[in-house]
Amino acid sequence: MTAPSLAALRVGDALPERRHSPDSVQLFLYNATLWNAHRIHYDRPYATSTEGYPELLVPGPLMGDWLAQCVDDWLGDAGSLVGLEYSNRQPAFAGEALAAGGAVESIDAESREVTVSLFLRNESGADVTPGKAVVRLAG
Amino acid sequence: MSVLTPEILAWVGRSSPPRTELATRRDIRKYSIATGQRQRKYLDGDEAPPLYYVALFWDVVERSEMTPDGAAIDRLLPAFPLTRLMNGGSKVVHHAPIRPGDTLVGRRTLTDIREKEGRSGPLIFYQVTLEVARDNGESVVTDRTTRILR
Repeated sequence: MTAPSLAALRVGDALPERRHSPDSVQLFLYNATLWNAHRIHYDRPYATSTEGYPELLVPGPLMGDWLAQCVDDWLGDAGSLVGLEYSNRQPAFAGEALAAGGAVESIDAESREVTVSLFLRNESGADVTPGKAVVRLAG
Repeated sequence: MSVLTPEILAWVGRSSPPRTELATRRDIRKYSIATGQRQRKYLDGDEAPPLYYVALFWDVVERSEMTPDGAAIDRLLPAFPLTRLMNGGSKVVHHAPIRPGDTLVGRRTLTDIREKEGRSGPLIFYQVTLEVARDNGESVVTDRTTRILR
């Protein structure tokens, strides 16, 4: 995959997709890094028996990070991430396969800014965390 | 009938005391590994991934400031009449990258509280804005996170 360039980019171009398969080790590491002791993310008996979830919950900001990675991996050194927004619409659980991807939504040749729509999609096809990013391509 | 009293709404505009944190290579590496990063510059801690500031400015609270479910009590928030956290989202604006050795100042402000009528009753939306700047005042990142309570 070559780095995106203003001349070659077209609205609708897809970003490379990446599958994330969060497990209990990743959830432990992520929450330890934050100092987040919320048990729904790492204490399976608590999450399932006490809170009634089917599995450990994937933290919302971790899913936001996967969208940032989707854009950043595509962009490489061709530019910089200016803005990112995401919305945690539905929960996602450990053991799920979640696909991060996106597509070019608009291109502003003058400002060299490209808007990209993003999604984190579960195996049922639901976008659990949709988002949007703005990148500025280097001149 | 509104669930939001004038006393609750008066909390909008409040800020936490600014916090100063040092971005270290070790912590950047931990964050990169934990989030499944694949780019070498992040895994080696030469530069921080775009959302690393989330970990750097997550409150380091003492055990007495955690509820039995392990969640931290956020002193920036009033006692809301609804407590079930549904979901949320963030709008992030990046101004400059974070590198190991950077000293950063984070300021959290409660910037909005509003009520909407959901299908099964009232919902409370609140927004917390985190502004991260270098110690010389240069802006690094602005994060507006909205959470919904029912």
